[in-house]
Amino acid sequence: MRIILNGEAKEVGDEASVADAVILSGAPDIERGVAVAVEGEVVPRGEWEGRALSEGEAIEVVHAVQGG
Amino acid sequence: MQSKADSGEATATWTLGDREWSSRLIVGTGGFRSMEQMERSLEASGAEIVTVALRRVDPLAQGSITDVIDRLGLFTLPNTAGCFTARDAVKTAKLAREAFGTEWVKLEVIGDDRTLLPDATELLMAAETLVADGFTVLPYTNDDPILARRLEEAGCAAVMPLGSPIGSGAGIRNPYNVRIIVEQSSVPVILDAGIGTASDAAMAMELGCDAVLLASAVSRAADPELMAGAMRSAVVAGYAARSAGRIPKRTHALASTPDEGLPEL
Repeated sequence: MRIILNGEAKEVGDEASVADAVILSGAPDIERGVAVAVEGEVVPRGEWEGRALSEGEAIEVVHAVQGG
Repeated sequence: MQSKADSGEATATWTLGDREWSSRLIVGTGGFRSMEQMERSLEASGAEIVTVALRRVDPLAQGSITDVIDRLGLFTLPNTAGCFTARDAVKTAKLAREAFGTEWVKLEVIGDDRTLLPDATELLMAAETLVADGFTVLPYTNDDPILARRLEEAGCAAVMPLGSPIGSGAGIRNPYNVRIIVEQSSVPVILDAGIGTASDAAMAMELGCDAVLLASAVSRAADPELMAGAMRSAVVAGYAARSAGRIPKRTHALASTPDEGLPEL
């Protein structure tokens, strides 16, 4: 199926979860300092594995950057 | 002889949120040319709290800001920079809470790209929502005493009036308003944005602010590490001067040397 990951269309397996999307995002360190929103709603880390993705969903994977 | 300023008497700890802090300088991490330069500068600043932003993961990013902050043992204060609406700021704060495990947030809700000035109504709405959700809200606000009061009434843990627009380095353009905000507030007042050089930071403290938050003044200085040390000294000096009680300004001179015993020549 097709998802929108950080603004870009990506193909993932039909069983893909939020955890798969985080790995696909290329986050250098997924153990800490990373957060995810699906369709604008935060998905807590503990629910990444269990939250299945659906066709066309928008996933944002964010982490800390320099900022004032 | 060790001065009071050096001995710590004039740099008494202060409380922000539910925690005690020694440094009255909060440094933003934006604008540094490299992670190495940022690390050296943060160390030189003596800051205990540093701000970070949240952005989409960049697989090609060099170095981790989280590693630097951990190495220096600093407290991470996420911001909501780049948010134009209460809705976006609230969502960003919730993402930050998840990413960093902190309920503290520097709340920025700006009105436009050109001035980066806060949008008062969106800011207040976001503050109310986040306070109700248990956040420790530190709002970047206009130098408007009424808005500052409304933010305090909404339950914000501090108010952070700007000196002048973000990154402008134009200093404190309305010291009268900042003084009114200091007088009326029972939460800490942190001068946030517009600091250009050390005298601006000292002035903020002399006006009675509890702390200063700055980024560009250090990160975009020709020598950020040196400027970080200058800001550290300025905040200490300004706080000491405020505590010491300055002399009143007079129109005419007042001799410090006595007239008594002046020889007739």
